[in-house]
This record gives sequence, structure tokens and C-alpha cells, in this order.
Amino acid sequence: MNRIARKFGFIALGATLTATTAMTSAHAQDETIKVGILHSLSGTMAISETTLKDAMLMLIEQQNEKGGLLGKKLEAVVVDPASDWPLFAEKARQLIEQDKVAAVFGCWTSVSRKSVLPVFAELNNILFYPVQYEGEESEKNVFYTGAAPNQQAIPAVDYLMEEEGVERWVLEGTDYVYPRTTNKILEQYLLDKGVAPEDIIVNYTPFGFSDWQTEVARIKEFGSAGKKTAVVSTVNGDANVPFYKELANQGIKAEDIPVVAFSVGEEELAGIDTGPLVGHLAAWNYFQSVENEDNAKFIEQWHAFTGDEDRVTNDPMEAHYIGFNMWVKAVEKAGTTDPEAVIAALPGTEVPNLTGGTSTMLPNHHITKPVLIGEIQEDGQFEVVSETEELVPGDAWSDFLPESKKLKADWVDLKCGNYDTEAEKCLGETAMAEPAEEEATSN
Amino acid sequence: MVFIRTIIAIFLLVFTALLALPAGAQEDDSALRQAISGLGAEKGYSKLRQAIDVVVETGDPRGARVLDALAEGDVYRREGDGAVFIVSGRGKERNLIDPVTSEQVGTIAKSELKKVRVNNSVRRTVRDAIGALTLGAKDPDIRLSAVRTMIDNPDPDSLDVIATALEREGDDDVRTALEQARAAAILLSDAAVPDKVAAIETIREMGGQEALSLLVRARNAAGAEMRDATEAAIASVQKRLQYWSLGQNVWYGLSLGSVLLLAAIGLAITFGVMGVINMAHGEMVMLGAYTTFMVQEIMRTSFPGMLDWSLPIALPLAFLVAGSVGFAMERGVIRLLYGRPLETLLATWGISLILQQTVRTIFGPTNREVSNPSYMSGAFQLGELSITWNRLWIVVFALVVFAVLLYAMNRTSLGLKMRAVTQNRRMAAAMGIRTPWVDALTFALGSGIAGIAGVALSQIDNVSPNLGQGYIIDSFMVVVFGGVGNLWGTLIGAFSLGIANKFLEPFAGAVLGKILVLVFIILFIQKRPRGLFALKGRAVEA
Repeated sequence: MNRIARKFGFIALGATLTATTAMTSAHAQDETIKVGILHSLSGTMAISETTLKDAMLMLIEQQNEKGGLLGKKLEAVVVDPASDWPLFAEKARQLIEQDKVAAVFGCWTSVSRKSVLPVFAELNNILFYPVQYEGEESEKNVFYTGAAPNQQAIPAVDYLMEEEGVERWVLEGTDYVYPRTTNKILEQYLLDKGVAPEDIIVNYTPFGFSDWQTEVARIKEFGSAGKKTAVVSTVNGDANVPFYKELANQGIKAEDIPVVAFSVGEEELAGIDTGPLVGHLAAWNYFQSVENEDNAKFIEQWHAFTGDEDRVTNDPMEAHYIGFNMWVKAVEKAGTTDPEAVIAALPGTEVPNLTGGTSTMLPNHHITKPVLIGEIQEDGQFEVVSETEELVPGDAWSDFLPESKKLKADWVDLKCGNYDTEAEKCLGETAMAEPAEEEATSN
Repeated sequence: MVFIRTIIAIFLLVFTALLALPAGAQEDDSALRQAISGLGAEKGYSKLRQAIDVVVETGDPRGARVLDALAEGDVYRREGDGAVFIVSGRGKERNLIDPVTSEQVGTIAKSELKKVRVNNSVRRTVRDAIGALTLGAKDPDIRLSAVRTMIDNPDPDSLDVIATALEREGDDDVRTALEQARAAAILLSDAAVPDKVAAIETIREMGGQEALSLLVRARNAAGAEMRDATEAAIASVQKRLQYWSLGQNVWYGLSLGSVLLLAAIGLAITFGVMGVINMAHGEMVMLGAYTTFMVQEIMRTSFPGMLDWSLPIALPLAFLVAGSVGFAMERGVIRLLYGRPLETLLATWGISLILQQTVRTIFGPTNREVSNPSYMSGAFQLGELSITWNRLWIVVFALVVFAVLLYAMNRTSLGLKMRAVTQNRRMAAAMGIRTPWVDALTFALGSGIAGIAGVALSQIDNVSPNLGQGYIIDSFMVVVFGGVGNLWGTLIGAFSLGIANKFLEPFAGAVLGKILVLVFIILFIQKRPRGLFALKGRAVEA
């Protein structure tokens, strides 16, 4: 018995070895299906995106261990767009035209996504985008596995209002398209909820901002008006560490002025002394601390794959996990990797997520997800303090902005990403492209 | 660090608990024990808050210790029997501490424990509860902090408690605080108008952000007869705060200026004195920060007791690391490109990318944690100004570095040679100075100083491969504005840009503020192309 088990183990090991060699082999054979990975491995965004590349390699390796897809092995094609937005478009073109990939998993910032959109539309391929974003978009070729604003920002604000009794709001963000759009939606939402305009301040700081003294002092002052105050932070990337350090140094405790962040996850906390941050909040659709079997297995596999017990998992990784499994399922259903057939097969696909539920791909190319609010713990993990009872369907066009309220995305029946329900017609590309261009250049 | 703080807090609480232990405490144990066991029994945060109130009602100061541990997340429930313990230690085996007697009662596997979860609202309840429990503590500092929480969260129901405490109180500071707490509570109660007017006066004298917050709350709650008095008090407090906010802006400006000075001072030598457009300057700063990280890691694993010393130890090492990289750069690349500024710019830009990617490959792309030593954490109050220790130390440090560098340039033989070479290379060579070596040493000095700046910046910024990029533009800005080739210009330039930035920020916002400063510099350079303090004489034309 023992010997058989050992033998079996050897076979499994052999299979893994062949899988890895097949993946890295330069002489790709015809029977592999190629999957593109478009994440920055150098430059400013490498801090976040490198992990996602590793996660994708792990998922592909696991799929190959299970026997591949449609009887063929999967082959990862990794390119490095180097945090350079125009380079994203070039690399995307290279992946599709030269490497002939069946689908691409990639991008992090909204600018990089906006920059590759025309390429995917022109060459009709598939992009899985794993990061929470500002919404106001639905493209035929893009599947958004991260959260739309109604799956992250709005529930977080609701939590603060109901559980913490917050009446005054500081919307603090980095100056680019995601925070600006999210804050526009949030501000409108708060005003609709009866918050007085003088109880909201919106403030923006540049990328990589490090001198937070004035901003934090302002928050402190704003918070001393006798009403419970909270900060909604869309501060992105590197600027977070000095921000939280300054909060701690100026003695702002989570009990007094909680900060709820939309861009701070386990990965970002790994670079901070989290002691002074205990109690500040983050809203995501997944936390590493969520307890269930699928997640425990995923974390174990991740540690085994990276060979590092301290590596954390985070929300965008889960989004790739869901997106990849959805793509596999859709390919199996369509019986081909032809993008057109897979795009048609994807809506309605259901796969288990890592928080114990089942996520579904919706006709608007967004997915259903639970919304979790977590408090930062001393060990850099989050403790879930609130969770939506049901999965929240992602809404491409926010209901809280007058200009997008009437729009609807449906790629199954209407075959349109921005259907105007009042005028009853599809606005098409022209209406979509305009704000996109403007935002892309602003960065 | 938090761990240490917790230990100290627990120690103090235990200490007071022991002192406050009355003779007949033994029989009270069961009541406290029962109350504490309630902490582990209930599900949900509101139930937990009720259980906390039960502990408070026992009035036993030992309860404060359990509650403090609860807020820190150290209270666990044993899976088998639901008994509540304070748990210490890390790893798989944890120590069980009896919540009442504070004695260690054994060890247990982590898997058999279930943490009692807390959220912000529970922590708030705990904080108030600890205040109530420690109001009778022996140590005046603990009493004072208990009263401070009462001022922050005034409650008319606590007036009786405050009155009794006032009768007993001997310490002047605590008395004043208690009177302020009473005034704050009176404002929210339904006391008579004269009492409230007196209370407003007390709060007005207290001053500061807290007083403003209390007065605003009182105004919202008060009737028409109180409105004028409250408004007047608010106006008076606000006026005082305005003066202080002026001081605050100056301080923030100085602090930003010191960061700019640190970042730019190395460049003032490599670019200012030598004229090398060194785009890899920021990466020298980054190398310094990573050296600090390495030193701290080694301290953490090998000499945990000396963690606070990691910064002083990192300073010379950072100087050496960045200095030798600078030396190698000068000898290997820049030496060959003297007199060709454009090529130098491109070559150093390339080196900066190489250094960044090397660090990214070795240390990974994610941020590295460099913790603040205890003497650089927290803040102290100067009037209404809260000054954070790390910023204060950085201002001091920047000035010290500046002074040392100034001395080295003006009073040492190397400094003399440096100045001689930059002013007239051929003459200096004729006097027997080995100009190539002086060039290399000057560049190494500038790079080393940048490395030292990295040690300081690791305390306030991310330690990531991109650390340097954020400072390179600012550094050039400061050196050009201050006047190329003049250290004093760099000093004045850094501080004036810092202060200008901080005065603009509250009105214009961080993004526009920075743009305005840049526009100002462009205009200034048009008018005075050589910056604030231009070098005069023949040297300039050389």
C-alpha cells in the first residue's frame, strides 16, 4: 500500500515536472493552449502586480496537474509592461498577435486597463481584470472580476453609518481616475442619505505622497466638531504607509476616527508596523483570514508554490482564482478556446469563490461577490466585522450618478455595454471612449 | 513595540491592582470571576459590551487588567469548558493566565483556544470602562489618563463619581482635569444656566481642539439662553487655535524642509559642487534605507534587546554602502563622461534603473518594514501643537548633517582640495593635487551623505525600490533654487520651499500647492538663473 502510494507520488511529481518544463520550454508545441499574463514586474506597480503573476502561474500549474484543458496543456506567456501605460497596449498586442494567447489575465491600475481596451476590441480577445475599480465601464472583451463601487465602497460607507454612527466624512484619495470617480459616487450617495455638504470634505494628494502632516492635522481638526467622523481612503499604493504612520504618530486612534480603505490589503500591510493601526478598516470581497476549507487549501497551495510560509494572499488574487476557473469552465462548455465562443459562454458561469459562496458571471461582465468589512489586527491580518448576507451583483453603471443611472450593460440580450434605458438605444463606442480618453491623459 | 507598551500597561495595571487590593478582596473573587466569565459566553459585539459593563459594575480594579487585555486581543475562551483566560506568548503553545489572580496556570495548544473578538465599538467601551475602574488608582498619572477619557466622552451620569473623586483628590493636575471633566459633563446635563455658564468658562480656559469639540457639542444641545455664551467661547477658542495653526504650518514647513534638505544635501555636492547631473542620486538614498532595513533585521533576529540602537548603527554603514557605490560609479562611468552633461544624465539614469531593479530582485518588489525605535514614536504636546518625535529628530538630524558637511568642506584638507579642484582644476593639478582622486572622493562623499539621508527617510517613508524616485525631482529643485555650488543656498532653499509648500497646502490642496511652488521656481529661475545664492567671480565661468 505504502509503496503504491509512494509510486503514485512519483508519478504526480513527474507530472508536475513535465508541466513546469512544458511551461518554461521555449519550443512551444502546437497542442498547448497559451494564456497571457500582463502584469508589471518592474516599476512602481511591481509591488502589487508581481504577486498576481505568481498566483496565475500557480493556477495554471494546478490546472495542468488536473490534466490541462480540452486535453491540452496550458502554457503561461508572461510579459512585463513595466508599469508603463502605453507599453501595456504594446505588450497586449504582442500577446495576442505573436503569441496567439487564448485569453489574457492582467492589468492593475485603471489607466493601464483603459490603455489596452482598444487592443482587445480590435483583435477580439479576452481580458480578465482582477482589481476593484471605479465602474462606469462595460466592454465586450473585458471581464471584471474585481469589485465595482457598489461591491466595496457603498457597503463600507453603510457599515460606518450604521455600526459606528458616523456623521462627518473625509474622502481622502490619490489624484487619479479611480479615487476621483469613486469619491464622486460616494459624495452623491452621502448627500442622498441626508449628510450635509459641510460635513463632507474631499481631498486629493499626488501619487507616492509622503508628507501627510497637514492632511492628518486637517482630518483631526475636522473630526473635532462634536460629530463622529470617519475617513474613507482611496489612497493608493506607496502613499499609504506614510499616511498610516502619520495617523499613528498624531495619535488618531481607530476608536476615534476610523479609516476605511479600499486599496489596503494584506500585501500592503506587510510593509507597515501594524500595531498602531489596529481597528482601522478595509472593505474587500476576500480576506486571507476567512475561515473555510477552500480558502485554507488555497493558502496552503500558495505557501507551497512560493516556498514561503509568510506570503499572504489577497483580494485580487482571489479575483484571478475566480476568473481563471470561470474561463476554464467556459472553455469546457464552448468546447473551444475561440474568444468569440468563450465570451458567449462566460455569462452565467458559476464557480465557487474562496469565501464560501458561489460567484456568477453576470451579463454585464461583472460578477457576484460578498462584501466583507475587516478590521486590521496586530498580525497584519484582517478580522471580519461585517459581511453581506447575500452575494452582491456588480453594477457597471452607478445608480448614484445622474449621467450613468439610466445606463445598463447587457452583453447577452442587448449586446451592448451602455444601453440607454430612457432613449432605448445603445450608445455604442463613441459615448464610452470620450471620458476614457480624458481620464487616461490625466494620469 | 506595541507589545512592550502593552506589557508596561499591564504591569502598571497589575501594580495598581495590587496596591488597591483591599483586605477583604478574597471573597469578592467569585463575583469578579463570574463577571469575567461572561466575556466569553456571549456572541455578538453588543452582548460583549453588556458583559463588559457587568465587569465594570463589580468596581474591582483588577477587572481593568482583563479589559485592557481584551482590547489588545489577548483574551481567549477555552474551547472545552468556555473558561476565559488571558493568553500570552506566540506560536503553537500559549500560556494561560488566570484573569483574576494574574498567575500563570498552565499552557495550552493554540487550536484549543478561541479568541474573544473585539471591534472598535467594543474598544471604545473598554476604554471608558478602564477610565471608570482606574479613577481610584494610587498613581496620579493613571488617574489623570482616566479623567482625560472622561473629558473626551462626557457623561452627565458621571457627575456624582466626579464629585466624590474631587473630594478625595490631592494632586493639582488631576484636580484641574477633574474640574474640566465636571464642566464637560455639566454642559451636556440639564443643570441650571449659571452652572453651565461657569462650565463654559472652565472649558474655554482649557482651550484647544478638545475644548472646541466640547463647546460645539454643547452648542448643538443647548437652548437659546446659552447660545450666545457658547458662541462667544467658541470664537475665543477658535481665535487662539488660529494663532497656533500658524505655528503649526511653520513647524510642518520646517519638517518638510528638513526632509528636502536631507534629500538634497548630497546632491548639493555631486551636482552643486562637481556639476554632475546625477540621476541616480535617489537610489543612493534608497540604498541607505535598505541598509537600515538590513541592520534592523539582523538586530531583530540576533540582538532583540538592542533594536533601538539600529539607527545609530545603520548611519555609518549606510554612509559606507552608498559611498562605495558612488565611488564605483564615479570611477567606472562618470569619470569617462566629464564635460558631456547629456551623456552623464543618460548614463546615471541608466544606473538608477539598474540599481532599482537589482534591489527589487534581491529584496522583492514589496515594501520592507522598518519600525520606528521607541524614541522616535508618538508625539508630544507643545501648547496646541502636537509635535511628532520622528519629525523633530529628523529636523535635528538634518541640521547636524548640514553642520558636519559644512565643516568638512570649509575646514578639512579634503574640503580644501575639493573646492580647489572645482574652482580651477588645472591650477589645482599644478599644485600637486591628484584631481581624479579628489573627484572620486567628492562623489563618494555626496553619495554617502545621500545614504545617511536614506536612514532618516526610512523612518517616514516606504522602504521600497521606488523610494528614491520620489525625491530626485525635489532634490534638483532645492539645489537649483538655492544656488548651485552653495551649501547655505541649499539650506535656505530647502526650508523656504518646505514652508511655502505647507502654507499653500491648506488653501490649495497638496496637488495644486506643489504645482504653484514649481511655477514659482520657474519664474524665479528666469529672474535669477543662478539661484538664491549665486557663486560670484571667475569660478563661475570656468
